[in-house]
Amino acid sequence: MLGGLELLPHLSGALYVPAYETLIISDLHLEQGTSLARRGIHVPPFDTAVTLDVLDATLSTTHAKRLIFLGDSFHDTQGEERLDETHLSRLRIITNQYETLWIIGNHDPHPPQSLGGHGAETIALGPLTLRHEPAKKLKNEIEIAGHLHPGCGLSLRGRRVRGKCFIADQTRLIMPAFGAYTGGLSINSDAFKGLFDFEQTKIWMIGKSSLHRFSL
Amino acid sequence: MLAHGLDNESALLISPTGGGKTLAGFLPTLVDLEHPHKNHGIHTLYISPLKALAVDIARNLEAPINEMKLPITVETRTGDTPHSRRQRQRINPPDILITTPEQMTLLIADPTAAHLMKNLKAVIIDELHSIVSSKRGVLLSLALSRLRTHAPNARFTGLSATVADPDALRSWLAPANKPPVPLVLGTAGAPPDIHILESAERVPWSGHKALYAIPEIYAEIKKAKMALVFVNTRSQAEMVFQELWNANEDHLPIALHHGSLDVSQRRKVEAAMADNKLKAVVCTSTLDLGIDWGDVDLVIHVGAPKGSSRLLQRIGRANHRLDEASNAILVPSNRFEVLECEAARAAAKENAQDTEYPMVMKLDVLAQHIMACACSGAFFADDLYNEIITAFTYRKLTRERFDQALDYVATGGYALRAYERYAKLKLDIAGKYRLAHPMLATRYKMNMGTIVADEMLKVRLASVKNRTGKRTVTGGRVLGELEEYFLSQLAIGNTFLFGGEVLKFEGLDEFGALASKTHGRDPMIPSYAGGKFPLSTYLAERVRGLLADKSKWQHLPAQVKDWLNTQSWASAIPRADQMLVETFPRADKHYMVCYPFEGRLAQQTLGMLLTRRLERWGAKPMGFVSSEYALVIWCLGDVSAMIKQGRLSLAKLFDEDMLGDDLEAWLAESNLMKRSFRYCAIIAGLIERNFPGKEKTARQVTVNTDLIYDALRTHQPDHLLLRAAWDDAADGLIDIHRLAAMLKRIKNQILHKALERVSPLAVPVLLEIGRESIYGEADDALLAEAADKLEAEATSLV
Repeated sequence: MLGGLELLPHLSGALYVPAYETLIISDLHLEQGTSLARRGIHVPPFDTAVTLDVLDATLSTTHAKRLIFLGDSFHDTQGEERLDETHLSRLRIITNQYETLWIIGNHDPHPPQSLGGHGAETIALGPLTLRHEPAKKLKNEIEIAGHLHPGCGLSLRGRRVRGKCFIADQTRLIMPAFGAYTGGLSINSDAFKGLFDFEQTKIWMIGKSSLHRFSL
Repeated sequence: MLAHGLDNESALLISPTGGGKTLAGFLPTLVDLEHPHKNHGIHTLYISPLKALAVDIARNLEAPINEMKLPITVETRTGDTPHSRRQRQRINPPDILITTPEQMTLLIADPTAAHLMKNLKAVIIDELHSIVSSKRGVLLSLALSRLRTHAPNARFTGLSATVADPDALRSWLAPANKPPVPLVLGTAGAPPDIHILESAERVPWSGHKALYAIPEIYAEIKKAKMALVFVNTRSQAEMVFQELWNANEDHLPIALHHGSLDVSQRRKVEAAMADNKLKAVVCTSTLDLGIDWGDVDLVIHVGAPKGSSRLLQRIGRANHRLDEASNAILVPSNRFEVLECEAARAAAKENAQDTEYPMVMKLDVLAQHIMACACSGAFFADDLYNEIITAFTYRKLTRERFDQALDYVATGGYALRAYERYAKLKLDIAGKYRLAHPMLATRYKMNMGTIVADEMLKVRLASVKNRTGKRTVTGGRVLGELEEYFLSQLAIGNTFLFGGEVLKFEGLDEFGALASKTHGRDPMIPSYAGGKFPLSTYLAERVRGLLADKSKWQHLPAQVKDWLNTQSWASAIPRADQMLVETFPRADKHYMVCYPFEGRLAQQTLGMLLTRRLERWGAKPMGFVSSEYALVIWCLGDVSAMIKQGRLSLAKLFDEDMLGDDLEAWLAESNLMKRSFRYCAIIAGLIERNFPGKEKTARQVTVNTDLIYDALRTHQPDHLLLRAAWDDAADGLIDIHRLAAMLKRIKNQILHKALERVSPLAVPVLLEIGRESIYGEADDALLAEAADKLEAEATSLV
């Protein structure tokens, strides 16, 4: 619950808002593989395919009519041009089928040119403000952001279990990164300092087959 | 030795420590360079596995050279050598260059290598036995194949301690198309004098602390001139050191030496040893190798020796004189270790060796070498292939595999050919492979090497000030370094034992961890994992033999004899070729204990596979724990009854076919495979090393290798790096080869005892339950257990 709205975190890292039939997805980082390859780091070129597979699977389990990408949808400004034909048409099918909104991020300061949907810097979804980077909020503003790729690690019975996570208090939620090669930044790191009311913060950690909720 | 050298012949010199090996290796060079000569590049390369050793050897060599006023220049080149001097060495090389395997590889990757090595006459490799069994050795052997091309007439001399298979080392030193190099045997020393500590105290059932023996160890130290106290892990070292310090009524100078301590601190300890200022040093394998450090006259080995050769090498640290027997005391820390110590003592007495066969054919190392060659200049694929197969380690490399590796280096080796545009190596008009950008050479140099450690963070002494209610922590002296993994589990205020002191964790800053000294009584012991060796196959066989043969029990302490006698009437003592399996109920669970004696790694894999099968066959297994010797699985189902009624067949349960589908299915998801993959990906240059202290950002350049592993497994399961990771895991982390050999050995040789209650032999491993972390892969189950119980509503959207 955030701002009186029911929000459903999904195992894939997406967030569904039933009241608005909207699926929010943050930090796709499409074409991260080719972006690194340009600099001689030859990670496998399968990230865009894998990310789109997961996106399709996620969409098929929700009743979403609207799709909001929360920024950093492409890993760099030329990412869109490097998409191969298959991936391009797969994305077009999605943007034709759903009302698509592209919030711009620091990696992709312009919305995609060859795909459907509209670009925006911030979007108001009922009581919620959606933007890429968590910002200084106005009074009474309730925000959903991405950008930071939250992740956490827990030591349980001598083992260290790590994973991506959602993190939220009563006025802000930061979503995990969706892209296949995106990692997690520890929620204990400086980047998260001052963003949350410690007492109220909860995390939803993404496991292999279910989400696990913890209080901080 | 001199004869071989003067005839310009390669050779392998095997001699126990103290045989004057090092000087023997240099003699031909000194004779050769005796007269004034013009410098035409490096004359002799000397390669030592340890940086510190390289520096010491240079010093030891300079003394006779100065004394005899020989016109010879000697220099070292290690990771610590300043850039300016390395540059100078390229322009004006010394006659003798003393270096490490990693620097050797960097040298051959340099465009000036061919010129520098043109007149190379000799290559001496010290402590060859310790290098060949790791990826360092594989990489070095490739570097040597390159040296042979640059200097076809150079001779290669290997210096080694006694090994199980000298012929393998002889072939390792020679090009694959030539006969093995001749063997020169040094004079054997007097056989060592080894005792097992006969404690008046009760030897504990399990555990690795050996605390019971501390007063007796202390008494032995007091009697000796200088003692080395070897232990197997760093945390054991910390613990034994602290306990000895508590017992130290006479204020004896006792020091600590292990790999986590700061280098300057270690050097201080070594210097104090050399000056005979210490009475004892508690150490790990960090002091296994090296030159003489003072008059050590006693080696105390706390815990199981793990292998006969390892023990002999460590014992050799005492009394570096050949004519006197080395003196050693073994201190078993539990009852099974008494058996292992006795077996090791008997083996060492016979001078039986169990060193590993040289490691060969690592695809990730091959990829790194290809990159190194590309950095030194353009090459034809045919030439490089023909050169590489002259290395002993790659003599069986097929052209197909080589081409795959080359393709991997060039474009990542993906079926899609997606990165053709971004290739690191490009074919030029002449048909040569050429580096696409000079930047790539710089990146190679930053990331080369075969040692991939877990991320380490520096630990610094902190001063905490409370000013006007604000707590400020400032860092001071560096104490050493610890695994990031361990530190990330600490909360501010937690205490841990490090460098012999109880430290309080004060937090992290951009340089690493901060800790302050404290007088806390109960430190949380560092769980850093470094330095665990598995029990050698050879020693395991001897332990089984010792257990089976009652006539050999006479050497065992009375309490251990009693323990085994009770076992023989309460259950059974297996024959040497048998494996005992016991099943019994206890509390509300049913236990199955088996005794393969194959070391923890192989047995953990066995436990993983057996639980899968027991699950499938309805025994409802709950968990398992393995020691070095035994494996226990506990179930809800009554295993004894199932076997009696024929619903469960032990022969089928332990059938070799578990290494088929079950293994495949488990490995696909296994964290061990992912770890193995990470190491290979770093060595093969797929991703860059993480440099400690470098702050990670959300836009991490390096992609998590687990994610890459998953993507590759789904989209290109035959990729070179997956193959490399599998090979490594099969040898190392999951030890499939050993498990396979064991399953073969016990076929039709399972001795089953259905018991009413736990047997004496089973007690030690049952005590490990709860102490050891439960081994498994069920991360989700663990998370679910720990998640907030308050709100049990499903949070996932399905």
